[in-house]
Parts: sequence; C-alpha cells; structure tokens
Amino acid sequence: MIDDQRVLIIVPAWNEAASIADVVTEITGELPGTDVLVVDDGSTDDTGRLASDAGAIVVRLPYNLGVGGAMRLGYRYAKARGYDAAVQVDADGQHDPRYVPKLLDRLQDASLVIGARFAGEGDYQTRGPRRWAMTVLSFVLSRMAGHRLTDTTSGFRACDRSLIELFAEWYPVEYLGDTVETTVRVLRLGYQVKQVPVAMRPRFSGTPSKSPVKAMLYLARAFFALGLAVTRR
Amino acid sequence: MRLTALTAVTAVILLAVIIELLRRRQLREKYAVLWIGVGAAAVLLGFFPGMLNALARSVGVASGASLVLFLGVVFLLLVCIHLSWETSQLEEETRTLAEEVALIRAELAARETPEMVNDR
Repeated sequence: MIDDQRVLIIVPAWNEAASIADVVTEITGELPGTDVLVVDDGSTDDTGRLASDAGAIVVRLPYNLGVGGAMRLGYRYAKARGYDAAVQVDADGQHDPRYVPKLLDRLQDASLVIGARFAGEGDYQTRGPRRWAMTVLSFVLSRMAGHRLTDTTSGFRACDRSLIELFAEWYPVEYLGDTVETTVRVLRLGYQVKQVPVAMRPRFSGTPSKSPVKAMLYLARAFFALGLAVTRR
Repeated sequence: MRLTALTAVTAVILLAVIIELLRRRQLREKYAVLWIGVGAAAVLLGFFPGMLNALARSVGVASGASLVLFLGVVFLLLVCIHLSWETSQLEEETRTLAEEVALIRAELAARETPEMVNDR
C-alpha cells in the first residue's frame, strides 16, 4: 500500500534474464508497499524463474506477444485483483523506481501519468530520424492534451483504476501502439494525461540500437502508428 | 474447343472437391458458399463458352478472356484481403487465450504454494 492505494508494478519482460532479478530486487527495496508483477512474455531464457526467485509474482505467456500483449495481461491481472493503480516499469533497468511515488502523486489530478525524458530531468539525448519522430509525436499529442507532453513513447507510466479497466479490455499489440495509440485513445476519451520529468538510466544489460536504417524504420512506423491512431473513429 | 473442354472438366472437379470437403466437415460453410459459387460459374462458362463473349460485349469489354482475367484477379485480391483479415481475427483470439492460460497458470501456482499468495 502507498497512501492507502493498492499499487501494482507491472514489468513486461522478454528474455531479460541478465537484468530482471536486479530490477525486481530494486523495486521491492525502494517500494516496499507495492506488489511486483513480472509478465514473462514467452521468454526462452530463465527470466520467469529468476523474477519469481527475486520475489515477484510471475505470469507467463506461452509465446511472445510483444510489450502491448504483455501489458494487457498485466492490466487484466490488476483489474481482477482490484488494484487502485498500476505502474509500468521496463525490465532492462532504464526506469528508476524512485520516481514511482512521484508518478503516483500526479495520479490525483490525472488518469495517466507519463514519466518523461526531455523534460528537464536527466540528460537523455537522441538524434536523427528517431528525434524527428519523437518531436512530431509530442507536438501532435501535446495539442490533443492541451499542454506539453515531451515524451509520448516512454514506457514508464502510471494509470489509475478507470484506465486499468480500459486497458484490461483494450490494449494494442502493434509496435508503438502500446505507447502512442493508448495515449491518443485515452485523450480522446477525455481522461487527463500528465507528465512527470524523469531521468532515464543506462540499461543494466543490452545495448540500444544505433543503426540509421532502424532509426528511419522507427520514424516510418511512428508516423504510421500516429496516423492510424488519430484517424480512428 | 479443347480449351473449353478443359475448363468444363476443371470446373466439375473443383465443384466436386468443394462438396467433398464440406461433406467431411473440413470446410466451414461460410467459405463453402463462396467457392461453390465460383465452381458453379466456372461449370456454366465451361459448358456454354458462348455466354462469356455475350457477357463481355454487354458490359463493353472486347473479349471474354480479358473479362475473365480481370474479374479473376480482382476476385483473388479480395480473397487475399479477406484471409489477412481472418488471420488478424485469429491472432486476436489466440492472444486472448494466451492471456487466459497465463492467468490460470499463475492462479494454479499460487494455490500450490499458498505462502506465495499476496491477495488481500
């Protein structure tokens, strides 16, 4: 419990055996009042067992669905167990759990709170197509929200009970659908979306991609996802 | 003339295969209607090739063969789109099932080791 709220930390994890135990241990250490749910997204390594040994509740998908699929399962779990708030935290250690109480605080005047890079805190930088994509995404979504949202593709986000119920029924599996499309839909439905500046850390394991081809592909897919999201209904 | 004979025989075999699949319950009825329609049209045209040119002329197409090619391509495209749509539906359904399986397994594991349960 945090402030009389039952909070579930949802960690979608696919083959994160190198970092998952540290991530779970850190979350339970920093946030003793919360439950940690690791959604093992069809990992072929030891992710599930390591998470369970570290003290997390583990649900295991029989095959890989992607972040969106893992998250809907997490929200279904949260809905079934009656949690008041859910926070998504990545399994690679980029998200610092010490920001979680700040995200939860903002839930008092918003239904969805995004932990945003580029908002003053930290020194996260991107360049090239990836940056253009993020600029356009944040421009469009800021206009929809009526205030500035600097980082719409952040997977570090908290939501309240009403959105847990929505996301348990509806959560896209498509690439970027889990971040961009959900934000668009939530804004369209009239919920408040706020952001809290956060500093991202380097990953505990793995390396971010730097290939220019991948960056261009990211740009194309981001615009595709955004274009579809804003023209729906 | 030999081509029309070939068409007629092919059409009859096609129709027979569809009906046999239906009889063995290998094909859902909703798809069968479509293919029986196609088979019947092919049989008709195979046995009465004159109809084809008459039909083509009535819609302003010079030759019956062009009309058949055009309609065939359009039809196959529509079928492909329909199949993509159908697979998307199936993926959504298996996704829901995968989630159910994961939830049920977690529930089972929690029951087997009661001290792990952190329900209210």
